[in-house]
Amino acid sequence: MSITPEQLRYCDSHEWAYVDASVPDVAIVGISAFAVEELTDLVFMALPKIGQNVSAGSEFGEVESVKAVSPMYSPVSGTVTEIHSALVDKLESLSVDPYNEGWIMKVKMSDPSELEKLLDWNAYKKQCENR
Amino acid sequence: MSFSLAKTPLHAWHRDRGARMADFANYEMPIQYAGIVSEHVATRTAAGVFDISHMGRLRFDGPRADQLLDHLLTRRVLDMQTGQVRYSLICNEEGGILDDVLVSCLESPSGKNYFLLVVNASNRAKILHWLQPHLADFPDVEFHDVTDSTAMIAVQGPKAIELCKPLLPASALTLGYYRAKVTEQMNKPCVVSRTGYTGEDGLELIVKAEDALRVWENIILAGRDLGVQPVGLGARDTLRLEAGMPLYGHELDETIDPYSAGLGFACNLKDRLFVGREALEAKAKDTSLPKRVGLVVDGRRAARQGSNVIDSDARVIGQVTSGSFSPTLDQPIAMAYLDPTIAIVGNTVDIDIRGTQVSATIVSLPFYKKA
Repeated sequence: MSITPEQLRYCDSHEWAYVDASVPDVAIVGISAFAVEELTDLVFMALPKIGQNVSAGSEFGEVESVKAVSPMYSPVSGTVTEIHSALVDKLESLSVDPYNEGWIMKVKMSDPSELEKLLDWNAYKKQCENR
Repeated sequence: MSFSLAKTPLHAWHRDRGARMADFANYEMPIQYAGIVSEHVATRTAAGVFDISHMGRLRFDGPRADQLLDHLLTRRVLDMQTGQVRYSLICNEEGGILDDVLVSCLESPSGKNYFLLVVNASNRAKILHWLQPHLADFPDVEFHDVTDSTAMIAVQGPKAIELCKPLLPASALTLGYYRAKVTEQMNKPCVVSRTGYTGEDGLELIVKAEDALRVWENIILAGRDLGVQPVGLGARDTLRLEAGMPLYGHELDETIDPYSAGLGFACNLKDRLFVGREALEAKAKDTSLPKRVGLVVDGRRAARQGSNVIDSDARVIGQVTSGSFSPTLDQPIAMAYLDPTIAIVGNTVDIDIRGTQVSATIVSLPFYKKA
């Protein structure tokens, strides 16, 4: 089963979070297709460390294109339980499928209610269209 | 109060093509169309077409135009022959760089020589101001800022000349490097020069503003089957960086002198008087000045302007002035000013990239040289 953009919650800053109903306290985090398209020509990504604490709205890593460096902000608070290490060497997969192959980290959430504060697909889509 | 950005005559074309636009030197300019890497590679392998109409174009007419410019430029102008182009600097009395420019000696259709000075967009207002008292000293020199009434298009890359074949007379295609001439493009006046800012062979064209769109579209059309792309300022920057060329506001400013910048070749001190000469004479002998170097950086993340360069004792020994990921070398490259005792090819240094120390090796410039 693959994740579709409609199933996700989003930050204003273009990160997404997905929660599988079978593991309700873990969020999978990535960046949106819109962000990847805006950044273009990705060359580097700095991932967080497993066990690292992240908090909603704070920087957890960075992504770099030929021209610029952009911080990535966590949509939720909690502890990093898994990172997608292989992604760093195939950043092009972010352009192909940012919602499945392009996942960045998994976070065991300390406060799953934070998800409610994030944008849903329609609100996020509207934000991108109005830019 | 509102300020609106200036637009080049090709602005609507860029917009219609979906180019990402941004403010550059108060012009709304295309940053990228297909993407920086795609445009960069197209320029290195086929050709790129650049709207560089934002560059300032200043025209000097009259028999003493050469004397005025010889007084203002670090490079000798008095001995320039018709059709010659020279890279030069304009310095202040302290030897700091006000701008880097191209000066061309051209022959108008009426048979009279004139000079064209191409200045950086970001420095145009400053240079116009700087010129005023000197123009007053040469009242017989006729001066015109022709930036707004003209457009400038660069065609760069291994297929640039082939691309221009159907568009320009043969005499424009056989110009030597750093040569220029006034010619015609479809019966309209056009200044062609064999110059550029990419490290590739190519031409730069200056046409009347009202002819710009037609010329631009003709070039794009002629290049359709050659892999030619329109190129924005993003790739213009990565191309010039690979070519080791300085950019004003990065490698050059009023606190930097030509010798530190490795541009001593553009200063002719012998038997001339010009603004800044005295200061430059002292700088030419000063071995303590920092030196501009090229750096190849380990890993994948680029050092950007302002990153500190540090030695093994964690002492700051210089600063990065430009840095990017190099599409041709497939690794990050940078330019920096370093203490002259360290600025030696082969030495390794560390760069502080947002809190992480990354090793870099000093290499000779340019990073890229065309085959």
